[in-house]
Amino acid sequence: MTVTPRLKISWSVVNLLVLLYALVPVLWIASLSFKPAGTIKDGKFIPEKWTLDNYRGIFDTSAFTSALINSIGIGLISTVIAVVIGTMAAYAIARLDFPGKKLLVGVALLIAMFPQISLVSPLFDIERRLGLFDTWAGLILPYITFALPLAIYTLSAFFKEIPWELEKAAQMDGATPGQAFRKVVAPLAAPGIVTAGILVFIFCWNDLLFAISLTSTERSITAPAAIANFTGASQFEEPTGSIAAAAMVITIPIIIFVLFFQRRIVAGLTSGAVKG
Amino acid sequence: MTIDSENSGAAPTVATPSPEPKHSAKSKMSDGKAAERRLGLWLVAPAAILMIAVTAYPVVYAVWLSLQRYDLRFPDQRKFVWFDNYVSVLTDGYWWQAFAVTTSITVVSVVIEFVLGLTIALVMHRTIVGKGLVRTVVLIPYGIVTVAAAYSWYYAWTPGTGYLANLLPDGSAPLTDQIPSLAIIVLAEVWKTTPFMALLLLAGLALVPDDLLKAAQVDGAGAWTRLVRIILPLMKPAILVALLFRTLDAFRIFDNIYVLTKGANDTGSVSILGYDNLFKAFNLGIGSAISVLIFVCVALIAFVFIKLFGASAPGSDTEGR
Repeated sequence: MTVTPRLKISWSVVNLLVLLYALVPVLWIASLSFKPAGTIKDGKFIPEKWTLDNYRGIFDTSAFTSALINSIGIGLISTVIAVVIGTMAAYAIARLDFPGKKLLVGVALLIAMFPQISLVSPLFDIERRLGLFDTWAGLILPYITFALPLAIYTLSAFFKEIPWELEKAAQMDGATPGQAFRKVVAPLAAPGIVTAGILVFIFCWNDLLFAISLTSTERSITAPAAIANFTGASQFEEPTGSIAAAAMVITIPIIIFVLFFQRRIVAGLTSGAVKG
Repeated sequence: MTIDSENSGAAPTVATPSPEPKHSAKSKMSDGKAAERRLGLWLVAPAAILMIAVTAYPVVYAVWLSLQRYDLRFPDQRKFVWFDNYVSVLTDGYWWQAFAVTTSITVVSVVIEFVLGLTIALVMHRTIVGKGLVRTVVLIPYGIVTVAAAYSWYYAWTPGTGYLANLLPDGSAPLTDQIPSLAIIVLAEVWKTTPFMALLLLAGLALVPDDLLKAAQVDGAGAWTRLVRIILPLMKPAILVALLFRTLDAFRIFDNIYVLTKGANDTGSVSILGYDNLFKAFNLGIGSAISVLIFVCVALIAFVFIKLFGASAPGSDTEGR
C-alpha cells in the first residue's frame, strides 16, 4: 500500500476523532475548574474568564488536602507492599516448580473477578471490631489484596520473558536460587516491576467503594471519596468549581504516568490476556 | 510436569510451606528440587496468606452474617434466622429492579464497548500517522479516576451548566429521569472502559498475521469479509477474555452511578443497593445477603463465559513453561 497524502489526511481525521473522544470530558472538567464563580454556570466549553480561585479554595481547607495526603500515602504504601509480595509470588509462579501453583493462580483470578461490594459488609464489621475502621491500614489491606492479582499477572508475564540461561549461569557460578533472584532476575525485571507498580497505584488511586465504606473522617478518607462528599448542603449550591478543581488535581498524576509510561502500561495491561 | 501434578489443584495448603507432597511416584527428589519447592512455597506464602485472609475469611463471614437478623440500629435483636434475609431480598421489588438495571447497563455498555473498542483497536493498529499519540491519549480515560470523569459527565448534563445539556430542548433535565439517566451512566461507563477493551483487542489483533490478510485481499476478499472471516475468528481468545473481564466489571458498577444519580429514579445497580442497605439502613444482615447474591451472580457469569464460550482464563496456562 502506498502512502498517498490523501490517505494521510483521512487517517489524521480518524485519529483526531479518537483524540476528541478521549480528551473532551477531561478538557471540560479542566474548563470548569478555571471558571470563576460568576460564569461557572454559563455552559460554555471554553471559559470566558480564567481564574485559579477554585484551586486556591480547595487547598485552603484541610478537607481536600488531608484527603490528598491520605490518597498518596495509602496508594504508595499499598503499591510498594503489593509489588514486593507480588514479585515474590510471580517469580515463583514463572520459574519454580512447587505444589499448589495452579490453585494460587486460580485464587488470584477469582479475586480479580470478585465483586468488591461483597467484601464491604463483612470488612466493615470486622474492621470495626479490630479497630481498623477509618485507619490507613484498614484501606491498605483490601487494596493490596485486590491489587495482588494484577501485580502477579503482570509480573509473571514479564518474568517469563527473561532469558532462563542467565539465571542458570548464575547458579552454575555458585549462586543460590535466592541470590540468582536478587542479583540477576530482579534487575532484569525492573521494567516489569515499574509497570506493575503503576497499574497497582492507578487501581488504588481510583477506588471509591472501599474508601467511602471503610473510612469516615479526615484521618483516612481518600481524595475520590472526599470529592464525592463535597456535594453541598442544598441542591442549588453545588460546589461545582471546587469539585472540578479537585478532580483535575487527582487527574494530573494519571496524565503524567500515561505520558511517561505509555508503552509499559499497554504492555502490562495486555500481558496475560491474549494467550489462548 | 512432575509428581505433584495430581495434587497440585487440591486442598488449600498453598499458604503453609510445611507439608511435603507424597514421594511415592518418584522416590527421591534431588536436593535442588526440594530446595526449589521450598523456595517456591516461601515466596508465594505472603501473597497466598494475604489473599485468603482478606477475601476468603470475610466471604465466609458474609455468608454467616447473611443468615442473621443484624440491624446496627438494634444490635440487641441480633438473631440467627436461616434464609429469612434471602427470602426478604428475593421477594422484594428493589432487588429485581436493581438487578434489571444492572443487567441492562452491563449488556448495553459491553456491546457498545466491543464495537467501539474494536474500531479504536483497528485505528491504533492500522493508522499510519501519530500511532504513539493515539495510543497515549487513549490511556487517559482508562487511567482517570472514575469519580473525576463521572463529575465531568454530571456537569456536562446539568441544565444551564453543561455544554451537552444546553444542546437539549429547554427545560429538560436528563439526570432526573430513569431512561436518560441510565443512558448517561452507560455513556460514562463506555467512555471510561472502552480504551481498556481496545487495548486487549489490539493485543489480539497483533496476533493476526499480515500475510494472511494480504493473501485474502489478493483473492478478492473485501475489508468486511476479511474482518468477519479472518480477523475476528483469529482474535476469538482475546475477544472472549476482554468480554469476560468487562462483563464482570460492568456488573459491579458503582462509582459512576454513585456520582451521577446516587441510585435515584430507579437507576441503582445491585452494588448501590447493597451499599445503601449497609450504610443508609445499617442492616448488615440484609446487606450481606445482597453481597452474597452479587457474588453468586458474578460467579455464574464467569462460569458461563468459561464453560459455554470456552474463554480461557488468563494465566491458566502458567503450568506449562
